[in-house]
Amino acid sequence: MADKSSSNAYWAANIRLIKISLVVWFIVSFGFGILLRPMLAGIKIGGTDLGFWFAQQGSILVFLVLIFVYAARMNKLDREHGVEE
Amino acid sequence: MDQFTLNLIVVGATFALYIGIAIWARAGSTSEFYAAGRGVHPVMNGMATGADWMSAASFISMAGLIAFGGYDSSAYLMGWTGGYVLLAMLLAPYLRKFGKFTVPEFIGDRFYSPTARLVAVICLITASVTYVIGQMTGVGVAFSRFLEVSSSTGLFIGAAIVFAYAVLGGMKGITYTQVAQYVVLIIAYTIPAIFISLQLTGNPIPALGLFSDAKSTGEPLLSTLEGLVTDLGFKSYLTQSDTTLNMFLFTVSLMIGTAGLPHVIVRFFTVPKVADARSSAGWALVFIALLYLTAPAVAAMARLNLINTFYPNGVGGEAVSLTDIETHEELDWVRNWQTTGLLKFEDKNGDGLIQYVGDKEANELTVNNDIMVLANPEIANLPGWVIALVAAGGLAAALSTAAGLLLAISSAVSHDLIKGQINPGISEKSELLAARISMGVAIAVATYLGLNPPGFAAQTVALAFGLAAASIFPALMMGIFSKRINNKGAVAGMLAGLIVTLIYIFLHKGWFFIPETNSFTDSDPLLLSIKSTSFGSVGALINFVVAYVVSNATEDTPEEIQELVESIRIPKGAGVATGH
Repeated sequence: MADKSSSNAYWAANIRLIKISLVVWFIVSFGFGILLRPMLAGIKIGGTDLGFWFAQQGSILVFLVLIFVYAARMNKLDREHGVEE
Repeated sequence: MDQFTLNLIVVGATFALYIGIAIWARAGSTSEFYAAGRGVHPVMNGMATGADWMSAASFISMAGLIAFGGYDSSAYLMGWTGGYVLLAMLLAPYLRKFGKFTVPEFIGDRFYSPTARLVAVICLITASVTYVIGQMTGVGVAFSRFLEVSSSTGLFIGAAIVFAYAVLGGMKGITYTQVAQYVVLIIAYTIPAIFISLQLTGNPIPALGLFSDAKSTGEPLLSTLEGLVTDLGFKSYLTQSDTTLNMFLFTVSLMIGTAGLPHVIVRFFTVPKVADARSSAGWALVFIALLYLTAPAVAAMARLNLINTFYPNGVGGEAVSLTDIETHEELDWVRNWQTTGLLKFEDKNGDGLIQYVGDKEANELTVNNDIMVLANPEIANLPGWVIALVAAGGLAAALSTAAGLLLAISSAVSHDLIKGQINPGISEKSELLAARISMGVAIAVATYLGLNPPGFAAQTVALAFGLAAASIFPALMMGIFSKRINNKGAVAGMLAGLIVTLIYIFLHKGWFFIPETNSFTDSDPLLLSIKSTSFGSVGALINFVVAYVVSNATEDTPEEIQELVESIRIPKGAGVATGH
């Protein structure tokens, strides 16, 4: 096992990354798709509004980007802290 | 060639393909059987996970629910994809590092308690059996149509095939069979959608067609549809009718349920490396998104076609007449689906026409939500082979998921319960027998309850997600992210979450899903506007709070457990998964 302070720093960096990712995750689905939809009602797209698009398609596209970005950043973090397999 | 023969040929051919691949792959290597996914490229593993994950609920049922629910049903789309973000970040890499094969095994070790493992088994079985009921509903719908029998007969035939398929065993373990099932499923879903999108909007990509102009009116497709449904007195397709509270909680419940369902989690246990567990979740979502981005287009276009079929002269003009249904070839599908009992029409006002309107008293046509995807190509008058392909795709989706769930149930019973607790010295042969018996019992229970399902396939499956959300997800997450949660806290949390959620569901859907034994309905629920399908998120909250309070009131976790938690948090030193 790597030394304690290094693995603590690794874990803290991971938690920070997860927090940022989950804020984005929340905003595009629960935010734009549900809670903030009335605020986005002015932005029209294909016969409806932006909130509808986020609820039915947009959020899914963002989820995809989020996972791959997270995976790439974590691979980098693994190497920086010497905890990769 | 008639449609019936064509259905048999296409469905038969896909089954032959799965069996052929199973035999070929098994001859290639026997170790593959025990370690599905190891040495398989993450992209292939993602496809296989996609087939495991997308069930009758996604394939057969979901677009139908969106077609009739409109914006309100968006929770299914966000919920069943957003859970993968949680899986990739909060669970998969750490469970892979832990390196065992079943979810109860992790819970038992992390909470150093056979009781915790037992409670996890109970949670897993409750959620999985509910899930199988939903699959059975879907299988029943698919078989009833393509064998032209009633939906109950279709259900019995489906149950027999699921039993044979699951007990045959090996099929499930072979990743390439599932890759084939994914390919059949996605082609079957996409091809009719492309045809219909071209017919209605001229755009060959259905996901984009949804936001394009309809050829018929020159207006956007969605506003055309909105105009029709509101003219006929149905609820709006684009605006929100559900309460924000319920929609929010429903989405939460589906998302965390996704990350708590054992048959999905186990796929990440066997990937070669911790890093692969993260990217595999991404690849799985890529292949799932191909269907999920198309589904809202299928939904809106199917609804539009349905309305246009019943109002050939526009919604202001005369509706389709009884004689038309008897004589017009392009309305054959109405009579075909009538045989299954899932589509009904009745000329209430005796004018010889079938009015499809929002007013329940005056409406003369009822269409079961679950038939929309399967009937969609028929409504659009697509060629026979497309219709047969959709039947094959629906069955691939239902069978692959049902088999995965039954395997999770049987391994929980034989491996975690009997071998882990009751009789550790059990012979391998008896363990296998126990596994088969538990599969059989699960299918029998699910079939019986599937005759009077608590909802449409996707709604029943949503209940299963609620149960997984309330019981398994919080225990796994706290086990990884907190060192303080101890055995007592975890057991109390899981039990509280599961029991409260189960009682809430039974109060609304009938005790043990037996009809007429419910005290409340989802249209007038017990708590605020929270429907039983959304309650899983409340159950999860209860689970978190109870686990936290109980853990803090009792002794700290032992030193070696704190070290275990430290070690699963870093990828280094992950060996191959062991434990069976």
